[in-house]
Amino acid sequence: MIKVLFFASFRERVGRAQGMIETSENLTVAEVWARAAAGTPLPQNTLVAVNLEYASLDQVVRNGDEVAFFPPVTGG
Amino acid sequence: MTVLLREVGFDPCEEFSTYQNEVLGQRGKYGAAISFVGTMRDFNEGHKVQAMTLEHYPGMTEKQLGQICAEAERQWEILDALIVHRVGMVKPNEPIVLVAVWSAHRAAAFDACRFLIEALKTRAPFWKKEQLHETTRWVEHNTPVN
Repeated sequence: MIKVLFFASFRERVGRAQGMIETSENLTVAEVWARAAAGTPLPQNTLVAVNLEYASLDQVVRNGDEVAFFPPVTGG
Repeated sequence: MTVLLREVGFDPCEEFSTYQNEVLGQRGKYGAAISFVGTMRDFNEGHKVQAMTLEHYPGMTEKQLGQICAEAERQWEILDALIVHRVGMVKPNEPIVLVAVWSAHRAAAFDACRFLIEALKTRAPFWKKEQLHETTRWVEHNTPVN
């Protein structure tokens, strides 16, 4: 299982805060979006984290990983 | 190095002095303390803002801020740093963030404090949603430094 999280405007755009993907194969982050985002196109300004660290769209993820998608951060 | 997330309002002056007096434990060692306080405005991009909700990614926020502090510690001779950041609903004039740095001499504290707030703004996973008069909107990017 891969846990997928959406934050802020991405959560609203996709219509859910999280999802689980059942897979036996390794997927890239971009493939995770395609499976989890219910047809929503990947926004241009997407930031990605894999297991709480920033990652790229072509990073490969495995069973047990947590993948998060979110817009540019605006704290402080 | 301490990172605190607060779900209710905080007093940055009180946080600063409590930390310095009760936690820091560097009495006689620090000659400089620098603090930055970020406060919520009641306007943004030409609109009056009534309130703001700060969302974050629990777990990643603490991890990223911890890494940022560790980088500052490697780069400058600082004795300690404190970051306090609000989450949840914030009203105008309430503090959003406190960054405080202690060092023996001022240059390290000034530079590390600036680094910490700029790194926080680009790397820590927080997002602001503003409540305007009749609508809400996500803040899409932070104000550039220059």
